[in-house]
Amino acid sequence: MAIYVILALDVLNGISSLFLLCLGLAIIFGMMKIINLAHGEFIMLGAYATVISANAGVNIWIAMLVVAPLFVGVVGLVIERCLIRFLYGRLVDSMLATWGLSLLIIGIITTIYGNTQQGVPTPLGGFSIGSYQSSYYTLFLALMAAVMMAIVYGVMRYTRFGLVARATMQNPAMAATLGVNPARVYMSTFALGAAVTGLAGGLLAPVSGITPGMGGAYVAKAFMTVVGGGAAILSGTLSAASLFGSVNQIGAYFTTPVYGEVIVFTTAIVLIRLLPQGISGRFFKGNL
Amino acid sequence: MPKRYRLIAQAIAVLIAIVAIAMMPGVIELFALMQLTLFAAMAVLALSLAFIWGFGGILSFGQTAFFGLGGYAYAIAAINFQDSTPAILLAIVIPALFAAILGYFIFFGRISDVYLGVITLTVTLILFNSVNSTSGDAYKIGTALLGGFNGMPAVPTFNMPFDPSTVLSPEQSWWTTAGVLLAVFLMLRLLLALPAGRIIVAVRENEVRASLLGYDPRLVKCLTFILGGAVAGLAGALYVNWGAFVSPTIFSLSLSAEIIIWITVGGLGTLLGPIIGCVVIEYIVAYIGSQQLLNSNLVLGGVLVIFVLLLPKGLVPTARDLLLRLIPESKRKTNGPSVQSAVAPHPAGAE
Repeated sequence: MAIYVILALDVLNGISSLFLLCLGLAIIFGMMKIINLAHGEFIMLGAYATVISANAGVNIWIAMLVVAPLFVGVVGLVIERCLIRFLYGRLVDSMLATWGLSLLIIGIITTIYGNTQQGVPTPLGGFSIGSYQSSYYTLFLALMAAVMMAIVYGVMRYTRFGLVARATMQNPAMAATLGVNPARVYMSTFALGAAVTGLAGGLLAPVSGITPGMGGAYVAKAFMTVVGGGAAILSGTLSAASLFGSVNQIGAYFTTPVYGEVIVFTTAIVLIRLLPQGISGRFFKGNL
Repeated sequence: MPKRYRLIAQAIAVLIAIVAIAMMPGVIELFALMQLTLFAAMAVLALSLAFIWGFGGILSFGQTAFFGLGGYAYAIAAINFQDSTPAILLAIVIPALFAAILGYFIFFGRISDVYLGVITLTVTLILFNSVNSTSGDAYKIGTALLGGFNGMPAVPTFNMPFDPSTVLSPEQSWWTTAGVLLAVFLMLRLLLALPAGRIIVAVRENEVRASLLGYDPRLVKCLTFILGGAVAGLAGALYVNWGAFVSPTIFSLSLSAEIIIWITVGGLGTLLGPIIGCVVIEYIVAYIGSQQLLNSNLVLGGVLVIFVLLLPKGLVPTARDLLLRLIPESKRKTNGPSVQSAVAPHPAGAE
């Protein structure tokens, strides 16, 4: 019995971390149609910001929840102004340039901090169910995923910024004729997406190995999830994250973690083939 | 230039290339020759993506999937047969078959640009992860141990066709690799000059119009993709022959990124550009590897960003435009439409 509780916790963990990892990308891709291949490096920057500030004496919670999103948000703002804004509407070029950007960021971080693994201890303790161990941090991640979902839903649904952002997402030209400045909306959306991604990196810092190349492990997974989820930011990301997160953990449970990943990737390819518009294109049309 | 002179000029260029390849071992040292052999093998890989991306309009982010499959197919077959002749054939056929399955899936499902990139990237990751986890005695094909992340050492290198006792010397390996590069280049050039090549470019330019003319864009793209896979597989065999070694890094994302950088730097929509881009970038990477000051990712990333922003056409088309500007307008009017400009690089996927 205890094993099933643990497996359920693992699945919950898989879903919530995947959701956190993908939310920022979903905001950027869903709203701006910019393929940000440097997404994994944004996560890495968030993790580094957390580890370095925590090791410098900042409280771990502040490092995770404040420093990481602020830092990556600012980086995202600078990158949008210097690079991304020249690439709107040039889909393939945006992929190439952000890939270059990802290599550039990896190179810079390697030059500064070297290729060694960094880390912070996982806060909160563990608890045991039967003869199995689990940690409260898993539950905290799930809670954070729920909180982030609520915040993004609240901002998008009930604030003026959310209304303007959704209008620009649907039809930038029409929004511009109504007096909205799409360039400014894009800029703040990109910074927001980067900040959310940075937060995800910060939250995952205590539970993952932190190296300059760590982003590579996330970028394909995040893309699959966002593409599999489809255009709707929240419902799409949540449904795809639930599907892939569960498949990953259950697959890993019955085989090995490596084959768990292989099973997830295969599932993703089949899903994209069956639902080219993503899950939300089929089931949650017009939703957020 | 009238067409006849163009043909003569092209024939002279090919002759020069053949002479240069033949003379090379006498001119440079063995180490430099080995390095050139590696560049030539990589240039074949560059050609495979240059063809499907520049002319077929298919941006595959995971061209290393076929490169790696070719490398592994060659290594496994060469160890089992102890003869490279069937192994080279398998290194072409297996990636081509894999490309056929994947291409059928992608193109007949009408999966569009972005999704194509995501799928090819994902497939590469699947292969990388699977091969990486094959350490241990359980994973062997015939007598070949896959070796997981340690890779497969001591792969037999090329021998004379059907004569396993005569292994090629480094000079002969160079002639083979560079000869294959030239042959693949000429084959693709010829294909693009034929009606079949025109159809491939037509599909890239406008799928709807091409299908209204009676061609099936799905089939055309699928065949283009398969040919690209076969060429990349051949490049994999050449690469493994160069190092007598293969490991899962052959599937790595950083290599996929490098191929794309070669083409962006050299010039999309040409065949010569990617070869030049490949040699230049690989030389820079090798040079950076020998010093500690700069990180190679930093340089590669910077180069890619700068080229996308400032020189999106790449070196070869930019140089061609500059040359054309030097020739006075009046003289140019008498020229027939050049082959190059008929298939002028159109930024793929630009909307």
